[in-house]
Amino acid sequence: MENVAIEMDAPVNDEPMAAEEIKVSAHDVGVFYGEMNALREVDIDFRINQVTSLIGPSGCGKSTFLRCLNRMNDTVDGCRVVGSIIMDGRDIYSKDVDPVELRARVGMVFQKPNPFPKSIYDNIGYGPRIHGMAAKKEEMDELVEKSLILAGLWDEVKDRLDEPGTGLSGGQQQRLCIARAIAVSPEVILMDEPCSALDPIATAKIEELIDELRQNYTIVIVTHSMQQAARVSQRTAFFHLGNLVEQGDTEQIFTNPVDDRTQAYITGRIG
Amino acid sequence: MTDDPATILTAYKPDLTKARISKRYAAEKRFRMYGLSAIGVAVLVLAILLITIAGTGYSAFQQTHIAIDVNFDKESIDPQGTNDPGVLAEANYRGIARQSIRHAFPEVTGRRDQRNLFRLFSGEIDFQVRNMVLDDPSIIGTTQRVWLKAAADIDMLTKGFIDRSLPEGDRRVNDQSLTWYDKLDRDDRVKKRFNTTFFTTADSREPEQAGILGAVVGSALTLLVTLVLVFPIGVAAAVYLEEFAPHNKWTDIIEVNINNLAAVPSIVFGLLGLAVFLNFFGLPRSAPLVGGMVLGLMTLPTIIIAGRSALKAVPPSIREAALGIGASRMQTVTHHVLPLAMPGMLTGTIIGMAQALGETAPLLMIGMVAFIVDVPGGITDAATVLPVQIFLWADAPERAFVERTSAAIMVLLAFLIAMNLAAILLRKKFERRW
Repeated sequence: MENVAIEMDAPVNDEPMAAEEIKVSAHDVGVFYGEMNALREVDIDFRINQVTSLIGPSGCGKSTFLRCLNRMNDTVDGCRVVGSIIMDGRDIYSKDVDPVELRARVGMVFQKPNPFPKSIYDNIGYGPRIHGMAAKKEEMDELVEKSLILAGLWDEVKDRLDEPGTGLSGGQQQRLCIARAIAVSPEVILMDEPCSALDPIATAKIEELIDELRQNYTIVIVTHSMQQAARVSQRTAFFHLGNLVEQGDTEQIFTNPVDDRTQAYITGRIG
Repeated sequence: MTDDPATILTAYKPDLTKARISKRYAAEKRFRMYGLSAIGVAVLVLAILLITIAGTGYSAFQQTHIAIDVNFDKESIDPQGTNDPGVLAEANYRGIARQSIRHAFPEVTGRRDQRNLFRLFSGEIDFQVRNMVLDDPSIIGTTQRVWLKAAADIDMLTKGFIDRSLPEGDRRVNDQSLTWYDKLDRDDRVKKRFNTTFFTTADSREPEQAGILGAVVGSALTLLVTLVLVFPIGVAAAVYLEEFAPHNKWTDIIEVNINNLAAVPSIVFGLLGLAVFLNFFGLPRSAPLVGGMVLGLMTLPTIIIAGRSALKAVPPSIREAALGIGASRMQTVTHHVLPLAMPGMLTGTIIGMAQALGETAPLLMIGMVAFIVDVPGGITDAATVLPVQIFLWADAPERAFVERTSAAIMVLLAFLIAMNLAAILLRKKFERRW
């Protein structure tokens, strides 16, 4: 059943063996905001070279869960995470894991493009600089160039790397944010509704990009658009009211869901 | 009749008559007029204030001088011809000046009359003559026409503030002096010149020798102490409270207290300074050091509040972006949030400093109201500040201090306007939109 997802124009050249390998696996994960239990007993695996979509109606806890994966919830006052999330055999919530180091390995792209109000070059170069990834100017130049090439933005911005990143169009800004995330060579990329602020053309470009990035990274994407989930992801998980209702191969979820709630959501009866 | 809500609702029609619409327009117009007249009143009052101050104060920028042919007599200045500055500085210039004045009025002979004659001139004229010699020793042995500074009463007479029609006993200038003055005036020997003394000296009992330099330097030193103390503490406190502190009961209490402190009357800070800095720690009285510390206490809440709102204005998406690529909280703040918040923080600081510059009450409590004739040389020297100088001069009985008070107010206002302008320009220059 592997790789039978509905894909737009993905180059199908990834090894099926690697696709089976589990990168991150969550067990019994729950999230509390103070007394409020926002997420309950989530068990899910994310595999290397696959895109996993998290879908569900607003407030179902899918973004909350995504933010558990790089411990972004740590910065929220009164937020408590229970259960365990194992990445490469280590619980990322154990005491000896530094959340800052974890976030360098688990990159994140946000809903609204949020480039730093600095030059395009500095936007990409900031991460490598704070992590000491490039000692020399040439190394940094190479990192910036390769990141932008991988994010499909190089040809559009190569002549104006000194201009502010905030001056780009919305779609370019989002690709800049993706380039910024991959510049620190993460293993996992989390995307929180990356296309919700973009027009259809920019969205198509990002989706294409996600599909290319799949060859090198484990990608988890939260989306409100079921078409998008169907287009870009190999696996899909459906969240509802803080519960992980159903997960499986994208095709199976969209064509033959097991749970009634999933059925209701994908056919547009709840949401 | 039907119970259908839609049918019932359509029975209610909006009143679109002309009368109703014109009433609405009239109300809008009225409201506009209220706003315009409020602004008009404010501008008018401000204009009256500024015109009054400028009208009273502008004359202080000029000072009456009287031309006298001064004989720089070699015998009395430097009989040996050494040209040694030490010798030149020690000569009896008062004698030389008086000799020359006597020479200009040969008909005045009595000791008492001569004393009255000398009173036409400022007590400072011997320094004026001496400085001429020290600047250019080659004038020794020559006779030069020198514009000697007139006494304050003569200055007032020139500027028309002394009423000649009053009986002699009610006048600051007696009939004899008037005769001499008129004679000098006829000979074109009375002239108003730019009053450099006002900008180059400290306070004095004699209005024509009084200046604001001492107060300006005192204010500058005081503000320097305030800035050095308050800026780092204020920024650090704002950053900690806004970016790092957990939100709990304690931080709530701290926040409420900071807001309350911003509203504490400034004289209370003065009393605190008196009790703690002077009486307990024994720091020097009247010193810019203590003044700066007291004003620092007073402006600290303002700067913390301004700093926090500047940090709040930085969108959270910037913090998320930095944290998301693995920056620590510290790096997020120092690399991204603080640089973006800095213009706002600086603006708040400048406004806080402007507030401190205009503050009088707390400084009275720590003795900065003393009469100080020297320009302070350091933060522990006795000093006064501009608003206190204004307060002191406003209290002085001499007519000549009235215009100096207004002139000092003009200088203070000029500094305040400059600071606020700097704040506005800074804000304009670094204003950012997301």
